[in-house]
Amino acid sequence: MASSSSSSSSRGQDLDERPHVLAVDDSLVDRKLIERLLISSACKVTTAENGQRALEFLGLGDGQHTNNSVSKVNLIITDYCMPGMTGYELLKKVKESSNLREIPVVIVSSENVPTRIKKCLEEGAQEFMLKPLKQSDVKKLRCHMMKLSHPCNGRLCIGR
Amino acid sequence: MDGVIQLQRQLVDYTTSLYKEGFLDDQFKQLQQLQDESNPDFVIEVVYLFFEDSERLLNELSKTLNQQNVDFKKVDAHVHQLKGSSSSIGAQRVQNVCIAFRNYCEEQNSEGCLKCLQLIKHEYSLVKNKLETMFKLEKQVLVAGGSIPMH
Repeated sequence: MASSSSSSSSRGQDLDERPHVLAVDDSLVDRKLIERLLISSACKVTTAENGQRALEFLGLGDGQHTNNSVSKVNLIITDYCMPGMTGYELLKKVKESSNLREIPVVIVSSENVPTRIKKCLEEGAQEFMLKPLKQSDVKKLRCHMMKLSHPCNGRLCIGR
Repeated sequence: MDGVIQLQRQLVDYTTSLYKEGFLDDQFKQLQQLQDESNPDFVIEVVYLFFEDSERLLNELSKTLNQQNVDFKKVDAHVHQLKGSSSSIGAQRVQNVCIAFRNYCEEQNSEGCLKCLQLIKHEYSLVKNKLETMFKLEKQVLVAGGSIPMH
């Protein structure tokens, strides 16, 4: 199951304004970490434990035809090494979809393999980041987040 | 409140030693920075997830390495996972053994792998012990009315 969580502290912001990130990782420890990193960076987070669940959330699962989740996701961040569908394969599926291809995808990996990085960037990944992720990495991500129907108010790329 | 100050000093000294001795690295500080009033148990929660995950992986590793025909790919996959999670929480010594372990997997060296498994189990139980002690000290500080000193 993909699970969503929201920050318990609201700073008077309209919660709908927060960018929504889909984070995919088979490691429970890493899912918890990325979730906390993103929430503390004022994002709404949905986590998925594998590529299949991620696609289902995005409306691209087997037998799905609706895409009602699409407009709500500003960024996908996925681990590269996952059993079953790798992050690269997930990236490909997203970029092959006419509905989803505009969503920026960031790949994360614990291994710094130049051919791997090149492959992902060529397939359309926005960025490739090394694990373990830190707060400074997440701040960088905000610049990649796709603007939704709400116009960008210019704050996203300013470092905090 | 001399008691609190003493407890806080004890905690700081203990935590500092963990970094000095390489049990923890900067990534652990990242975790601490993510903890706040709205998420006061974040560090403990992640660390306990790490404990559960590690124990599962260590069991799997024992099983896999004690087969007649060792599936080194499977061993490597488990070690990769353990390396990842230990790196994510800053458990540096565990992570370092994982690196050596993966080299033995690549060489399909079962003796080397078994030695690494013993070593990992040892390092894991050390860091588990250290972290649990640190959490106990933190609790003592809080109970005495103090706050956890931030690094």
